[in-house]
Amino acid sequence: MTTKKLSALALLVAFMVGVQLTTHVTGTSYYLTQLTMTIYSCLLIIGLCLVMGYAGQISLGHAGFFAIGGYISAALTTFNFRPALEGGSSWVELLNTTGLFTSRTSMFGEPLLSVQPWIACLLAVSLTALIALLIGIPVLKLKGHYLAMATLGFGIIIFRIVLAMEIFGEADGISDVPGFTLLPGLTVNGNLDNRVVNYYIAAAFLISGFALLLNLIDSRVGRALRAIHGAEDAADAMGIDTARYKLYTFVLSAVFAAVAGVLLTHYSGGISPSDAGVMKSVRYVAIVAIGGMASLWGALTMGGLLNFLSLRGLFGSYDDAVFGAILIIIMLFAPEGVLRLKLWCKLKGHKEEG
Amino acid sequence: MALLKVDNLHKHFGGLHAVNGVSFEVQKGTIKAVIGPNGAGKTTLFNLICGALPADSGTVAFAGRPILGMKPYQIAAAGISRTFQNIKMFPGMTALENVMVGLHTKSQAGFWAGMLHLPASRREEKKIRTRAYELLELLEITQFADIEARSLAFGQQRAVEFARALASDPPLLLLDEPAAGLNIYETAEVARLICKIQQQGITVLLVEHDMSLVMDISDEIVVLSFGQHIAEGTPREIQHNQEVIQIYLGE
Repeated sequence: MTTKKLSALALLVAFMVGVQLTTHVTGTSYYLTQLTMTIYSCLLIIGLCLVMGYAGQISLGHAGFFAIGGYISAALTTFNFRPALEGGSSWVELLNTTGLFTSRTSMFGEPLLSVQPWIACLLAVSLTALIALLIGIPVLKLKGHYLAMATLGFGIIIFRIVLAMEIFGEADGISDVPGFTLLPGLTVNGNLDNRVVNYYIAAAFLISGFALLLNLIDSRVGRALRAIHGAEDAADAMGIDTARYKLYTFVLSAVFAAVAGVLLTHYSGGISPSDAGVMKSVRYVAIVAIGGMASLWGALTMGGLLNFLSLRGLFGSYDDAVFGAILIIIMLFAPEGVLRLKLWCKLKGHKEEG
Repeated sequence: MALLKVDNLHKHFGGLHAVNGVSFEVQKGTIKAVIGPNGAGKTTLFNLICGALPADSGTVAFAGRPILGMKPYQIAAAGISRTFQNIKMFPGMTALENVMVGLHTKSQAGFWAGMLHLPASRREEKKIRTRAYELLELLEITQFADIEARSLAFGQQRAVEFARALASDPPLLLLDEPAAGLNIYETAEVARLICKIQQQGITVLLVEHDMSLVMDISDEIVVLSFGQHIAEGTPREIQHNQEVIQIYLGE
């Protein structure tokens, strides 16, 4: 079991390295930008897959969690505390001595004093986890389409908040977000000479996150989640605290979304309200559905493929319509995902029961 | 000693008094059956005991400790295990995995341990697997260990469900119509398994329609009719109770 998992992961690593080498050899390194962005979206999607496919909960609010992560990190690392410091605010002075801030110059040459990216990132991710926890406690009492509607409502609220607040840049969003130095020499930013490194940083995040989730679904907790999904009252009768497990899974997936949001925002140097939009959430749900709901590998494959094609502009102005159509088609013809289509299974020699 | 003590339990559904002041005790190590015509309130009583429904009033004490108002998972963790009338196997899981879920309260590994695949959780996982296999052995169904539980015959699923319910080492096992949907051969097999479970020192409370099963295996029987406790006694006493005969056969 474990060796199988390890060899599959090794194959994934080899594939990602292979993609980079191919772009290098064929002189198409410009693909790496979209590939990196795709990888961060995939990080969100595998987290959502855990909630939808394994715990059996639907969330139409994941773009919201992505946006909370991205926006908070962006706001903290771009908000200029220098005027406040010079104005003699004792609070800012105190915080400055703790090493919370970092100085840099904006693209207009103005001196800036803003929060260290590491601290901004940790704050963004913990705040997202806290919000997911607070939202999750009442909302996860709902089931099926009621839950979908409640999470949709949450997504809309987040979208309107980032549109309305000045600190979040209103309709323009936040730009000029600085790079995020993870370790000396490893900076998440969109510099062209840093493209290959950033591709591998993203790949490392995705593969580690993926490995964590693969382990999880293969553990006692994963079994409990599948039991909850399959027959909640029976899971309850086995002594499983179903409410708690659903909540923790929801928070965990929100953390995945927030990490993706933070990293992608620092990578692309900004975030805009469309990243918080409901259509983004619908897109994520569509991708998990087409990947087969309860299949991390399926979600990863489809997330990689469709996000990349979308970012390359293959769907043109019909981008959102394509994902809407995918959702309808999947629900009608392949509710188990395309990888489990009857025809496909026959080709593989599988026998479908019942 | 009374392992389970139900005292003056009431439950209304709108105008229907589904359980009307029912009291009885289940002695440790015995098999007790609750019988009654359709609509007598048997299943409601069952759901009140295992926390699936909230009671209006009354008390239920398990090993001297009140359990009314606890959530089903807490009651399960306290040591009352149950099976379902329409066997609820977890879909997509093998028989062995189903029993492994039953060992939930006997293990600890949480989200972190699971994600990081810590050595402690790996050891625990191995123990869970071994114990689940032992339970399949006890119920004589090891040959189905790696088969998806839902694809098994009904009688076999019932045995898997017993193994799953026994996994938490419950002092008390509640069986909701264990013979439902089974043919006479399968029912006889289930009766044998229930007796085997009793021999493990486990107390059994069951709700059942199948009179031959109830009369064969029960030490004591409670008869309900329209939510009320009508009679209680050994199978022989119940068979000769005029009121019970009247309920079942009419005037």
